[in-house]
Amino acid sequence: MARRWTNRLTENDITPEAAFLNRRQIMAGALGAAGASLMGLPQAAHAEALTPHPWEDITSYNNYYEFGTGKDDPAQNAHQLTTAPWSVTIDGLVERPGQYAFEDILAKMTIEERIYRFRCVEAWSMVVPWNGFELADLLNLAGVTSDAKYVAFETVLRPEEMPGTRTRVLDWPYVEGLRLDEAMHPLTIMATGIYGRDIPNQNGAPLRLVVPWKYGFKSIKSVVRITLTDKEPPTSWNKANAREYGFYSNVNPEVDHRRWSQASERVIGGGLFAKRQPTLMFNGYEDEVASLYKGMDLTRFF
Amino acid sequence: MADPVAPVSFTSLIETANLQLRRVPAWPAYPLAFGYVGWLVWLGATGGLGVEPVVALQRALGEAALYLLIAGLAVTPLRRHAGLNLLKFRRALGLSCFIFVVAHFLAWAVLDLQSLGRVWADIVKRPYITVGMAGFALLIPLALTSNNWSIRHLGARWRQLHRLTYAAALLGAVHYIMLVKGFQMRPLIFLAVILILLLLRLRPGRLAMRFQRG
Ligand code: HEM
Repeated sequence: MARRWTNRLTENDITPEAAFLNRRQIMAGALGAAGASLMGLPQAAHAEALTPHPWEDITSYNNYYEFGTGKDDPAQNAHQLTTAPWSVTIDGLVERPGQYAFEDILAKMTIEERIYRFRCVEAWSMVVPWNGFELADLLNLAGVTSDAKYVAFETVLRPEEMPGTRTRVLDWPYVEGLRLDEAMHPLTIMATGIYGRDIPNQNGAPLRLVVPWKYGFKSIKSVVRITLTDKEPPTSWNKANAREYGFYSNVNPEVDHRRWSQASERVIGGGLFAKRQPTLMFNGYEDEVASLYKGMDLTRFF
Repeated sequence: MADPVAPVSFTSLIETANLQLRRVPAWPAYPLAFGYVGWLVWLGATGGLGVEPVVALQRALGEAALYLLIAGLAVTPLRRHAGLNLLKFRRALGLSCFIFVVAHFLAWAVLDLQSLGRVWADIVKRPYITVGMAGFALLIPLALTSNNWSIRHLGARWRQLHRLTYAAALLGAVHYIMLVKGFQMRPLIFLAVILILLLLRLRPGRLAMRFQRG
């Protein structure tokens, strides 16, 4: 399943959705659970019964407030963002701090396909076939020092290319954070593609975090800085409204948000009469990640 | 009662408008309102509202309701300060607003939440829903008394009762402010417009108010 993937696909190389799905099913069948565990990957990271949403759904319904607050604003405005050249500054408690060029990062990483559930705090969800690499690999590239406990992330801020940042909807730039063990977890990836294509700008090009067991806003887009720290870093939505958005923001059907009940969700693309689905603990990744939070009161550390 | 310092052309423009408007019937507002609801539902069912039509439908209906509340509130200031007479359309504006609020509520309760338990839980637990619901509740007696019979039978109390519109509009705008994430201008602009329209009524021009009664 793991394969080298260069970020230079042309239109002609794009895997048609149907072919992609067929191939996935074949691979899932051939590898099965054994293949998954051979590679040390939690099983849920693999296809199971998840059917990815169509490209159209994934790339037209986005929350990316830097391009506007409407769900279709990012698809309309994000083309203004220049994503090449791109580099990520990795600093703080690391052995090799510095600016890492995107191509250099890609050259060292193994790109995999990960089909994950994606659950927004607004109680909608979709399934996305990401391409990307484990964040742990990137962090190891920079060498995490032993006193690091948290990872802070920052999104690019360019008001001239990002019309939404010209008003203070949030305190720009967008920042997010993870505990180090969350960041090192094999489910946590940096995504660079969807359906084998370059990730579109509205989905966070050229590289974004994906933490599938947390609400979508934790999966910060278009990352330009990653800082290892020993203190819990500030996060944008928590700064905007600490009562509603906690640092952890794990998907949890039992802990309600003040605006949305989190017990169930609307699956995107089901049309006007689609039934709500029950929301799963840790978005269905309970087996893989529950141990990270053992002994913690999840209603307090929400 | 046009402003005496306004240029003559403006006054005559308003007079012409008033004359023309007399010939425009108010009743088409109702088929238009129902038609708009139906059209939105049709769009939603056929992919015209994007990949998440339920929320898009709720939003379009909520916005339509708020616009019409504002339009209804603008009738008196427009007449008092610009001389434009839209009184005969006010009932149609109000009732169309009510049609949209009911549809907005139904889209949320039936298409989105899909269960009475969830509806009730949200009404008591989510402040922005509670506020929206309060606005809706205030509009019910207004809709029920938006007919000639009620006006005749309630007399002075009819006008007192219909001042609930002010509260309903404020609740609608506050509901909108509460439901957006982060700091957003749009709902604040709606609230500002409503506040301005309400302030414009605070003039001691009691006579004009009397006049409205018929
Ligand atoms: C006076 C009555 C009401 C008015 C004027 C009103 C107006 C609005 C407006 C303007 C919006 C935002 C549209 C947008 O984002 O563009 C909205 C959203 C919403 N309203 Fe209302 N509303 C009213 C009553 C209600 C009631 C009674 C309910 C349900 C009990 C309700 C539930 C909602 C919900 C759930 C949304 C959010 C949709 C979403 O973005 O997820 N509203 N409403």
